[in-house]
Amino acid sequence: MALLDVKDLQLSIGKFPILRDIDLSVDAGEILGVIGESGSGKSMTALSVMQLLPFGATTSGSVKLDGREVLGLPDAEMRKIRGGTVGMVFQEPMTALNPVKTIGDQVAETAMVHGGLGRRAALEVARQTLERVELPTSRFPLDRYPHELSGGQRQRVVIAMAIAMRPKLLIADEPTTALDVTTQAAILKLLQKLVDEDGMGLLFITHDLGVIAGLADKVSIMRQGEVVEAGPTVQLFRALQHPYSKALFEASSHVPPRIPPAVVGGSPVLAVDNVVREYPLPRRGLFEKRKVLRAVDGVSLRIEKGENVGLVGESGCGKSTLARAIMALEPTQGGRIAISGEPIDPKKGASFATRRHLQVVFQDPYGSFNPRHRVDRLVSEPFHLLGSAAPSGAERSKRIARALDEVGLSATDGEKYVHEFSGGQRQRIAIARALIIEPSLIILDEAVSALDVSVRAQVLDLLAELSDRLQLSYLFISHDLAVVRSITDRVLVMRAGKIVEEGATEEVFRAPKHPYTQELLAATPNLEAALAKREAAGA
Amino acid sequence: MPSIILGRLVSLILSLIAASIVIFLVLEVVPGDPAQFMLGLNATPEATAALRTALGLDGPLLERYFTWVLGLLHGDFGISYTYKVPVSGLIADRIWISLPLAIYALALSTLIAFPVGILAAVRRNSATDVGIMGATQVGLAVPNFWFAMLLVLLFSITLRWFSAGGFPGWQDPLLALKALTLPAVALALPQASILARVMRSSLLDTLGEDYIRSARAKGLSQGQTLWRHALRNALIPVLTIIGLQFSFLLAGAIIIENVFFLPGLGRLVFQGITSRDLIVVKSVVMLLVFAVILVTFLVDITYALVDPRLRRATR
Repeated sequence: MALLDVKDLQLSIGKFPILRDIDLSVDAGEILGVIGESGSGKSMTALSVMQLLPFGATTSGSVKLDGREVLGLPDAEMRKIRGGTVGMVFQEPMTALNPVKTIGDQVAETAMVHGGLGRRAALEVARQTLERVELPTSRFPLDRYPHELSGGQRQRVVIAMAIAMRPKLLIADEPTTALDVTTQAAILKLLQKLVDEDGMGLLFITHDLGVIAGLADKVSIMRQGEVVEAGPTVQLFRALQHPYSKALFEASSHVPPRIPPAVVGGSPVLAVDNVVREYPLPRRGLFEKRKVLRAVDGVSLRIEKGENVGLVGESGCGKSTLARAIMALEPTQGGRIAISGEPIDPKKGASFATRRHLQVVFQDPYGSFNPRHRVDRLVSEPFHLLGSAAPSGAERSKRIARALDEVGLSATDGEKYVHEFSGGQRQRIAIARALIIEPSLIILDEAVSALDVSVRAQVLDLLAELSDRLQLSYLFISHDLAVVRSITDRVLVMRAGKIVEEGATEEVFRAPKHPYTQELLAATPNLEAALAKREAAGA
Repeated sequence: MPSIILGRLVSLILSLIAASIVIFLVLEVVPGDPAQFMLGLNATPEATAALRTALGLDGPLLERYFTWVLGLLHGDFGISYTYKVPVSGLIADRIWISLPLAIYALALSTLIAFPVGILAAVRRNSATDVGIMGATQVGLAVPNFWFAMLLVLLFSITLRWFSAGGFPGWQDPLLALKALTLPAVALALPQASILARVMRSSLLDTLGEDYIRSARAKGLSQGQTLWRHALRNALIPVLTIIGLQFSFLLAGAIIIENVFFLPGLGRLVFQGITSRDLIVVKSVVMLLVFAVILVTFLVDITYALVDPRLRRATR
């Protein structure tokens, strides 16, 4: 008998069906990976097991946990199961902990609720559990607050909360998606260790095929509320049956077709020389001298016309600060920045004439538009950089239509508002907005990171095609090494405000020289490598 | 934590200095000469000038400012132009009505608002919630002096439980509290309505947070989640409003003081303004500013007690 046995699970919220005929099972000591894009129902499946569904949700079918049916179980009974038999870890470590309670109290609470322990005994359990998730009390005292820890450390606290009672099943819903690759690798290792030590079952939800291939014993692929394909990891990936699974597999390792840029003379579209950006840190004492943080520490880079340059590094390395400095959104404390040969004044910022050469696409397709403006107005916003030369009337409409057409939307889309578009379409609108004044350089700051793999592949194709056709240069900032590898000619690796390695993309990826680059590449989940390793181990 | 208190104290003192300058200058440029007013329309220019000198009104600006501020620091607020008694005495008499009234009203408002706001948030979109929200809407819309008159009609005239106004003094504390009850209720109603709405919306925001879901996933019941995790996090905006309300209640009770014939600070300022008794106005306004700044200071310290992120980490 399986530890978790889900049969014919149906879920609807109001009149809308969310899940249809879900079948899956997890045995003790087994890791089941559930893969799917956003809206596929993978989180709802997990929440059904926990019976923590949103208001108005109705379920039918069967969810058996350790032989016991949980659907329809009264809340008083469910509460013994949650945190006792099943623990759950969520995606966002930054918000999953209560900011006003210490980490010790939050882990101890699980033991107090389930073990009937007093505070002192429960804190002892918390101490031991935090030790197990590699947060030793000597370095992380129980009276620390969540805001004093990093994202990876917080996720360890969340895991400790979930495993304090040594549950039989752990559900992890995208637990590493918000983390850097090296942190992700460490958390995945920890989860594997806990499964091995406790013989715990793990239901692991992710959108990342590389992560799942390295971790899971078996995999279920979900789409639009259904399981389209399921099986043991290696067999499944080696012989995908369903067209959607195949498309997903292709998209996750998609490399857009590109023509290498022709070398052209003239001044580079972007020249950054020895740029420094410092932030004053808060005073420790009343009369102490203020310390400064060097977020960007003497960075130099150059982008030629038509060239795509990648900038990779983990969160906090200064890559976004550098991008903001290039866009003249932040003052610099040293060095020079020139766009198409025009230097930027570090105090006054760039003139409109200079700024029109540079546009940007940000990460969040939902937050980067004013929801009350129509798409045609949003897309034509950069025209104000042209001053009196800005097109008007029929010419303006023609340029808007052309920009929308170039990113694969239609001219009539200009009359709509952004909420009528999907995430991928919104990112296309952002690209149209950047294209409309024909810049020479577009900064793409994590521009495809929030997109599902299949949509991401389409947007990457679009970016590659535009770069080839319009001789556009990109500064492609990302934490996702696979994406950077697929679309850039040259790559810069940044760490703690400095560029530690620089070179032609393929060379850097094939033979990284700096130890940090090697570490990054080793920590990056790789579907093919993970499958090969499993096959070797099985053979 | 001590560094926060120190920092806030510095800003408290700076605010007081800035406020004293503004108050002094504003009352300098206000039309109306106290000497002229005291002597009446038929006074000779010589008599008026002599009185001005006697009141210390014709020295240089800077000198008068420092005399006033130094006096304040010693508790010497000057002599009232119209009452001819020390202003400090006038204020002392009245603050023993205004301060207890403000605290009483705030206590009532908080005691009503917390349970009501929490109930509305927990039973969101239910009939209870709709009813509470409707009632607070009415509480906001009804002018408090009118509500005060209704209270007098019902409890003083019809039921004869409370007196309709006046203040017997603190010789008998129970009697004094009784005299302040109807005014406090009248003051508390709109305040409680605001506070309950803030409590509800703040709690609803908090209940949507990820860590509430984490707490439920740990096996906590909805009630435990509310008490242990949601409430303290929802408190910050509520504290802000409580601080603002206290300041308002201390000075803004003037209409209610008039309805109930209570000799409070509000009435003192009002009388001071109508009789150009500028030294009384200046002193009371300064005192109220001090109270507001002090309450803000206390609210800031409470923030840091409630939310560890606001205590700047020193380790």
